[in-house]
Amino acid sequence: MSETTLVTQQVINGLSLGGMYALLALGFTLVYGIIELINFAHFNVFMIGSFIGMWVLQAFGLSGQSVLLTGLPLIGALLAALVVSMFASGVLGVAIEKYTLRPLRSSTGSAGGTIGMITTIGVSYILFNVILLGFGADTKNFPNPLPTIHFDVEGANLDLRVILIWVVSIVLMVALWLFVQKSRLGKAMRAVAQDAEAARMMGVDVDRAVVMAFFWGSALAGAAGLIFGLYYNFTSFLIGYTAGLRAFTAAVLGGIGNIPGAMLGGLIIGLIESLGGQFIAVKWTDVIIFAILVFVLVLKPTGLLGTMAPSKS
Amino acid sequence: MLLEFRDVDTYYGDLHVLKQVNYSIDNGEIVCLLGGNASGKSTTMKTIMGVVRPKRGSVVFDGEPIEQLPTSERVRRGIAPVLEARRLFPRMTVYENLEMGAFLRQPGPELEEDIERVYELFPRVKERRSQLAGTLSGGEQQMVAIGRALMARPRLICMDEPSMGLAPIFVEQTFEIIQEINRRGTTIFMVEQNANMALTVAHRAYVLQTGQVVLSGSARELRENPLIREAYLGEMQVAH
Repeated sequence: MSETTLVTQQVINGLSLGGMYALLALGFTLVYGIIELINFAHFNVFMIGSFIGMWVLQAFGLSGQSVLLTGLPLIGALLAALVVSMFASGVLGVAIEKYTLRPLRSSTGSAGGTIGMITTIGVSYILFNVILLGFGADTKNFPNPLPTIHFDVEGANLDLRVILIWVVSIVLMVALWLFVQKSRLGKAMRAVAQDAEAARMMGVDVDRAVVMAFFWGSALAGAAGLIFGLYYNFTSFLIGYTAGLRAFTAAVLGGIGNIPGAMLGGLIIGLIESLGGQFIAVKWTDVIIFAILVFVLVLKPTGLLGTMAPSKS
Repeated sequence: MLLEFRDVDTYYGDLHVLKQVNYSIDNGEIVCLLGGNASGKSTTMKTIMGVVRPKRGSVVFDGEPIEQLPTSERVRRGIAPVLEARRLFPRMTVYENLEMGAFLRQPGPELEEDIERVYELFPRVKERRSQLAGTLSGGEQQMVAIGRALMARPRLICMDEPSMGLAPIFVEQTFEIIQEINRRGTTIFMVEQNANMALTVAHRAYVLQTGQVVLSGSARELRENPLIREAYLGEMQVAH
């Protein structure tokens, strides 16, 4: 393959990864924006979302490289997997907020800062171990039900699968953007994020806005989990940490708390991963990504588009 | 009586902030609350809005006790705040800030009419309607903050330090607007450091000291009270 073809190919790959990281980064940013909490449980909500997507596809009889279903039934199965994994992940996120963070919020007055963050690390371990103990440590084959159709883009391969990932990521991001910008509840969420006490005095139910942030953030993590499985053809109890940390870096790079920032950061991290892996070395990918995290935190803590710096606690 | 405090005691943890406080504010009045730092003025506002709840005593709005009600229910019944330091949503547009003021009302043509009414009262706000609130000057933010409170169609507006941090020309303008809003039928209860100004527009005033009401009366009486002249008006004149 020529140099340009390689670049094209890696840009295609990077945009797919970027879409996934962006969806995952949005969850960090939504929750941080509202209660200034870095939610480390998000990593493993994503992982569980991936498992749920896999189970739904298996329930349709799909496994491995099977092309059992085509046409409308296939689209239906994929949509079902997307909706169920998003909904279940969203409910999981809400449960985490309700049973671990809300009691903290009412007893200490804040779920942000160190105490809340450590709580989410604990929850993250619980989710991780539930899946490990319940379903074993082996890597699971993720059903790959999509017909292998390639398009040729200047010598590079553009999979049908990749197009689908792009479409899903873009649709979800646009939907989230419209929800937050235009809907009454979305405006209430932004108001709470900018000044919770003032929002309360306008009559906004702050707890409800927090629940919404956890629901939609976690639902997007569920979608990202399904995309991970479809893209890599496997899932495992371990996938939360690597993808989660990269997505977290994406959120910080774009400006934590800022929604377009999370999308931009996700795309940049995805492109760095694929282009860096191709032209530098795969083993350097994490070094580059986390060096970016450190540089952003030191030099421009508000990120590319953000307005708030992560609190120092 | 539109709003009454009956022997209200409010605490922050162990700190006894309001001590057996009584206020009564009649329909159509402008009542001003004077007092130094840490006298309990802001706590009074927070007790009205339900941000803090009194440990003892009752807060009565329109004949019904409201001290156990959540903030949203108080807003629904007709109490709207203009918060200390204005507290707009800085990364929302001016228009969206006004919309947030009407958060509990049904969207519809009536709401648009009310926004037009705010624009009429503050032509400057109309010019700035698509700008982010955080980019406005202090005086413009104050107009938006008052407009936002009006959007709730309140019967009582509670203002916490409306003149704070404003240039003198805006201070005067703000007090003119307060009188205008009051003439249109809204009752106003305000906390204010600028005793001079406040006692010019208010009908009555209370003076709060370390959580207790130490003086109350008509604005004219208080303006002539030697204690007030020394403690508040004199101090203000020196500060100018």
